[in-house]
Amino acid sequence: MSKPLSFQSMILALQQYWGAQGCVILQPYDLEVGAGTFHPATTLRSLGPQHWNACYVQPSRRPSDGRYGENPNRLQHYYQFQVILKPSPPDLIGLYLGSLDAIGIDRHRHDIRFVEDDWESPTLGAWGLGWEVWCDGMEVSQFTYFQQVAGHDCAPVAGELTYGLERLAMYIQGVESIYDLAYNDAGVTYGDVFLKNEQQFSAYNFEAANTERLFQHFKDVSEECRALASRGLPLPAYDQAIKASHIFNLLNARGVISVAERQAYIGRVRDLVKAVADVWVEQVK
Amino acid sequence: MKFLLELQSEEIPARMQAAAAEQLKTRFVEAMKAAGLAHGTVTADATPRRLWLLADDVAAASAGSAEEVKGPAATAPAQAIEGFLKKTGLTREQLEERETPKGVVLFAVIRREGRTAAEILAEAIPQIVTGFAWPKSMRWGAASASTASPRWVRPLTGILALLDHDVVPCSVFGLTSGRETRGHRIHAPGVLSITSAETWADQLRAAHVLVASAERQQIIATRAEALAADAGLTLIPDAGLVAENAGLTEWPVPLLGRFDPDFLSVPREVIVLTMRTNQKYFALADSAGALAPAFICVANLEANDGGAAIINGNQRVLSARLSDARFFWEQDLAAVKANGLEGFLPKLSDIVFHERLGTLAEKVERVAALARWLCESGALPADPALAERAARLAKADLVSATVGEFPEVQGLIGRYLALAVGIDPAIADAIRDHYKPAGQGDDVPTQPVSVAVALADKLDTLFGFFSADMPPTGSKDPFALRRQALGVLSILSASETRLPLRAVMRQYIVLQKLSGFEAGWMSQLMDFFADRLKVQQREAGVRHDLIDAVFALGGEDDFVRLLARVKALQAFVETEDGTNLLAGYKRTANILKAAEKDPPSAEPATGIGDGAEAALSDALDAALPQAQAAVADERFTDAMAALAALRGPVDGFFDAVMVNDPDPAVRARRLALLARFRDAVHGVADFSHIEG
Repeated sequence: MSKPLSFQSMILALQQYWGAQGCVILQPYDLEVGAGTFHPATTLRSLGPQHWNACYVQPSRRPSDGRYGENPNRLQHYYQFQVILKPSPPDLIGLYLGSLDAIGIDRHRHDIRFVEDDWESPTLGAWGLGWEVWCDGMEVSQFTYFQQVAGHDCAPVAGELTYGLERLAMYIQGVESIYDLAYNDAGVTYGDVFLKNEQQFSAYNFEAANTERLFQHFKDVSEECRALASRGLPLPAYDQAIKASHIFNLLNARGVISVAERQAYIGRVRDLVKAVADVWVEQVK
Repeated sequence: MKFLLELQSEEIPARMQAAAAEQLKTRFVEAMKAAGLAHGTVTADATPRRLWLLADDVAAASAGSAEEVKGPAATAPAQAIEGFLKKTGLTREQLEERETPKGVVLFAVIRREGRTAAEILAEAIPQIVTGFAWPKSMRWGAASASTASPRWVRPLTGILALLDHDVVPCSVFGLTSGRETRGHRIHAPGVLSITSAETWADQLRAAHVLVASAERQQIIATRAEALAADAGLTLIPDAGLVAENAGLTEWPVPLLGRFDPDFLSVPREVIVLTMRTNQKYFALADSAGALAPAFICVANLEANDGGAAIINGNQRVLSARLSDARFFWEQDLAAVKANGLEGFLPKLSDIVFHERLGTLAEKVERVAALARWLCESGALPADPALAERAARLAKADLVSATVGEFPEVQGLIGRYLALAVGIDPAIADAIRDHYKPAGQGDDVPTQPVSVAVALADKLDTLFGFFSADMPPTGSKDPFALRRQALGVLSILSASETRLPLRAVMRQYIVLQKLSGFEAGWMSQLMDFFADRLKVQQREAGVRHDLIDAVFALGGEDDFVRLLARVKALQAFVETEDGTNLLAGYKRTANILKAAEKDPPSAEPATGIGDGAEAALSDALDAALPQAQAAVADERFTDAMAALAALRGPVDGFFDAVMVNDPDPAVRARRLALLARFRDAVHGVADFSHIEG
């Protein structure tokens, strides 16, 4: 068996593969987001009649998942590889399986399974049907046919694939800790690159973030978002909605949002996204 | 002829497959009935990638038919005839003129030729597909540019329709039917052309697809058992898991993996839960019945390395999951060892039970007070202090890390944590068991402390929602109050607990400082309990009308006593004496009812008359005190026996005595006698509610 792909080679292989399928290879969005789906290339572009095929790596921040670099499986910052194909092509499953071949997963040796998983994002007001994709019992991807985003029906429907890159790489490389992943083929590990980030950002997320200021930021970006949306600038407005979502996640990690308030905050972010999407949909129809 | 329909799609959720197959069969049979096409046995089933139906002995064609429609008179205005022609689709020449008593009338004879099976099926398939109802459906692909595009559970990818060797040509959702299908995704990825409906299943079997879910289930069950036996272990049977795995595989291959025995320090239920729910693995037990550090997973292929890589991968996934579980469990253990189980309680103030009923911490306080009172009042035999403490600790584990991660083990974890810090096992068991029974057939707590907490918790929930005017309405029961009420009844009857519910409600009102002492919600809740009792007892064969008959007496709020009475009543009314007495009662009730409209015009004559009339009066004098004493002592069978003694005199009375005597005073005396008889019966049960 040939040497398994390093973390960066795996990303390159996925980009190569989906690029060859006609996807625009985008770069990560330059704002903190909780998941690749938040990238406007997915959230906004999944709305409207235009065809759109893109793939990109997206750093995802989940402040509450930080473990100060001590848990081998959990990170507050990790990578997703995102593919969005609109309209969803025939045999998207076949295309997806091809991408597993491209990163060296032998389908005659490994058990790939499609297990029901209905996706829903209360923050984005979005839902879709699809599966978790299992490889030998491990969830390696999410596979979703978007039905609604920001309360709008998707027409046409996009197919969305999300690969959990660290998990997939751990699987391919056979390592037990994220930090032991070979980042490249020259001896650099994932830990070399990111351990300090995990330690410092965990401290920031859980201890140091100034919550008073964050509450103020949340208000500011919410107002900015609405102001921009009403001026017919959905893209800049959406940036503000993304920021609101991340600030909420930080406040949540700091433990200053009660269980009862949580739903209200999620609702506020959803309303912002909806306000933006309403303008966007008008512009692209 | 044999008909085959295979609706190919991307992976259908396992839990929906059986119902979908059933629906396909129903829709097909209905369509054939409507079209008049005869057929033999119909089988429908599913794999993850196909929903299919086979019909045997399909007739070559439907029978022809002729329908006669009577029209207007031959002499009717042209307009009327025109309308009739339009309606029937015939021309004037095609109508028949027939002599009738009303003159010459036009008749249309509409002949329908028999249609071929192929024609009928080609029409039925699109109807079946477009009318199909999935629990959740979606749109997909280029067609979804319109929001009215086809919906299916996942993208529908192909339609195979064969009548023996021939394709039934039709098209639906932009797909045209054919003879093509696909085999197993990995073992036989190409297009497979099916020769005939007869060869289909075998052709797919050769392509590593077992079309029958029963066969896949059987392979999973027997192979898993064999693997366990080979390892000196036994499979913990789980029919639901067998079905789910059969719904996830077209070519199931069970494999045995192991995990580090160190993980067995985690509560067994957590390990089994994570294996079952998260991974769909079977758990195994060793010869002593203890959980074994091994599992069986079901792969969907025969791997080219014999499954070694798949086992290895699954072992790693499970190991990571169990590491997580152990992390949470050890965190909880450390927390209770440092601060006791009570250490969790303050966090319950952060959880809202219901916005109108306060936080979970407030609920816990209410339940603790109620549990203590139930014991102090003598209704329950448990030590009041133990019951109160158990109630206070019962919800503590809801804020533990383990329950946060695995909500299904609520209660169980609390029990383990309680035992770990040396809390009285009776309290520990009550923590685990106070949620029970979770449904019909679940264990019912019987230990006194568990009974106290389980009852107090459920009653508090019921009292809370009813007193805040949020009873279940119609099909809406978001707080599962029906289940709570059934749980209360099950516990009461299993432990034969004598609980006057109205007194408990009044105590709740006192404890909660609610206003009103006989609030309307109390009667509403009693009726709710009575309805639940009927549902619960239906399976036990207890007649609902008899429950009504006892409940209608009013004032009964002790369901154990009520049920004893109902059962004695049921035994009685099913005897010959009972049946006859009921007949006599009904006759009496009718006479008394009629007499209400026509009351006697004189005072009752003195004395008790003679003959059968006197005999009934004497019998009542004897039976009434017996029945009353028996009811007071809750000797309900004796009460029924006392009533049974009236049967002969009542029959004798109706045989020999005319109630409506011409003498109004005699009539009045006889009516009064019958009223006494009715009242005597009502001392035992309100027979007017009894059917038959």
